[in-house]
Amino acid sequence: MPDQMSILPMVNSLLERHKGSPGALLPILHEIQEGLGYIPDAAIPDIAHALNQSQAEVRGVISFYHDFRTAPPARHILRLCRAESCQSRGAEQLAAQLRERLQLDDHGSSIDGNISLRPVYCLGACACSPALELDGKVYARLSAERLDALLDACREDAR
Amino acid sequence: MTRLYLPADSVARAVGADTVAVALASEARKRNLPLDLHHTSSRGLYWLEPLLEVDSPQGRLGFGPMTEADVPGLFDALQNDPSSHPLALGLVDELPYLKTQQRLIFSRAGITQPLSLDDYRAHGGFAGLTRAIAIGGEETATAVFDSGLRGRGGAAFPAGIKWRTVRGTQAPQKYVVCNADEGDSGTFADRMLMEGDPYLLIEGMAIAGITVGASLGCIYIRSEYPQAVSTLREAINIARSAGYLGVDVGGSGLSFDLQVRVGAGAYICGEETALLDSLEGKRGLVRAKPPIPALKGLFGQPTLVHNVLTLASVPLILAKGAQFYRDYGMGRSTGTMPFQLAGNIRHGGLVERAFGLTLRELVEGYGGGTASGRTVKAAQVGGPLGAWVPPSQFDTPLDYEAFAAIGAMLGHGGVVVADDTLDMAHMARFALQFCAEESCGKCTPCRIGSTRGVEVIDRILAAPDQNARDQQAIILRDLCDTLQFGSLCALGGMTAYPVASALKHFPADFGLHTLEAEQ
Repeated sequence: MPDQMSILPMVNSLLERHKGSPGALLPILHEIQEGLGYIPDAAIPDIAHALNQSQAEVRGVISFYHDFRTAPPARHILRLCRAESCQSRGAEQLAAQLRERLQLDDHGSSIDGNISLRPVYCLGACACSPALELDGKVYARLSAERLDALLDACREDAR
Repeated sequence: MTRLYLPADSVARAVGADTVAVALASEARKRNLPLDLHHTSSRGLYWLEPLLEVDSPQGRLGFGPMTEADVPGLFDALQNDPSSHPLALGLVDELPYLKTQQRLIFSRAGITQPLSLDDYRAHGGFAGLTRAIAIGGEETATAVFDSGLRGRGGAAFPAGIKWRTVRGTQAPQKYVVCNADEGDSGTFADRMLMEGDPYLLIEGMAIAGITVGASLGCIYIRSEYPQAVSTLREAINIARSAGYLGVDVGGSGLSFDLQVRVGAGAYICGEETALLDSLEGKRGLVRAKPPIPALKGLFGQPTLVHNVLTLASVPLILAKGAQFYRDYGMGRSTGTMPFQLAGNIRHGGLVERAFGLTLRELVEGYGGGTASGRTVKAAQVGGPLGAWVPPSQFDTPLDYEAFAAIGAMLGHGGVVVADDTLDMAHMARFALQFCAEESCGKCTPCRIGSTRGVEVIDRILAAPDQNARDQQAIILRDLCDTLQFGSLCALGGMTAYPVASALKHFPADFGLHTLEAEQ
């Protein structure tokens, strides 16, 4: 993990910008995560101070929402949709394929830091199920072959 | 060269629209032809996406679903006989799927460029706002009331009552909040509208704001919809520069401005009070009602909270009048509903029709049955909290009251079709597991009941004999009652729907005899 203290100037300038606006915690957390890839522990006291909240409140919000991470992400994040529409088009088989090929569970991350799996419940691509999101880009009408090809591309990238 | 149109919709892109756009550009270069390509919204005929349209004297001709490999052949066909191309669909407006629809909210879908104000105005945009400013707040609220418009998020509460309540309440600050946390599986109409026709939502919110006396509005969009977020943010800036937002909305002398807030992956934030907590920067916990948000909402101030489609219905109601809108629909379900066909369906997409057509017309007529070609086993109507409806009930008209009468609900209009390979005991277990995962934890039935429910289903499936299974089934039905009547909000309250309906209509999937299950 990089030196967490080095991120503080970035966090503080962002807090300065947001702290007057009501209900600013979520936008603040989103911006920190967008900039750093995750929300470092070292940022929490400053966030709490700027918003006049307790650290527990800030941590409570971070842990409540699935999107927020407290550790650096893998190089690739693959979110397979597991909701009803995609399930009716074979999402469970694709999930099994992912687990098998990557030797990870549904929430797993590879030890080399190359890929993280996350379930997602609906990407709004339900008329073209099954769907997944890889590094922010949505792929729909997935097949086993297409999923393999996407994973191949992630692996190539890691070399 | 003639003008071409290709959707910029995120799902059209997810099935290859960008690749087709690149191939079009490179083929045009190769042939030394100028390329006139407009990036429009999607028609919502998703099984044909990427759907390329080409101007012709008769109207737009469709070609789809396109791949990059089809592009050279398309150029050849366009120079000779367009109908000779293997993917030629003829005139898009004449496709039965589209022609038989009643598109009021989605009248511009697939036609206009999402961020073009000129396109929006050329197709009736801002007529509703102009009318609202001309007739004033009192008459605008009356028009919404008289139209019979009901909330499209799922609860179907009469919109006019909310408008009058917020309008009639004095407060230093009032808000309009748009619930764009479209988390239900099988629904995508909000996404399509925000990505494809953002000014319609902005216009609806501006009308709402100046009518109820709110100077600030907020659109809460789920983080899974990044393109909706960026499109709306850009559209808000353009609309503000053009004077449709800001200190003098459309020359009314009234002030209303908008901002976009992004969710963070919590399904519960689609519940209006949890959404308000989230907007306040807190965990998305459900609030007990009363007080209702119309009196004490965001930051304790009177707040008009509506779903995207509710707000998007308003400009048309103002432009064409309450009576025009009321003439669509049946009973107390007035107007049109953009139904969304999803899951295992041959022709998945958006079908906007007046309330009252049957589920069968939707699934078999528009949808063309399953994509797998197998028998339809059931359709889940209204998202993950909706009931699984068996084909024997498919003749039920799509109307709020008719669906309530069969123990189901229309919700946000999503329909997920499943074929006979889907195991309903597994789906019931999934519904409870999802509830356990997404529960905000405030009330006991939802927080604990969901977990106990998963365990009970596991016990049914593992039971050694019929007697043991029947005993557990009784407990599961009891638990459904507790969830339905004891939960604070719809998450716990309606998780019972998919579970109880699966148990009732598909007992064999649980290893139960039909007779016991129906008792």
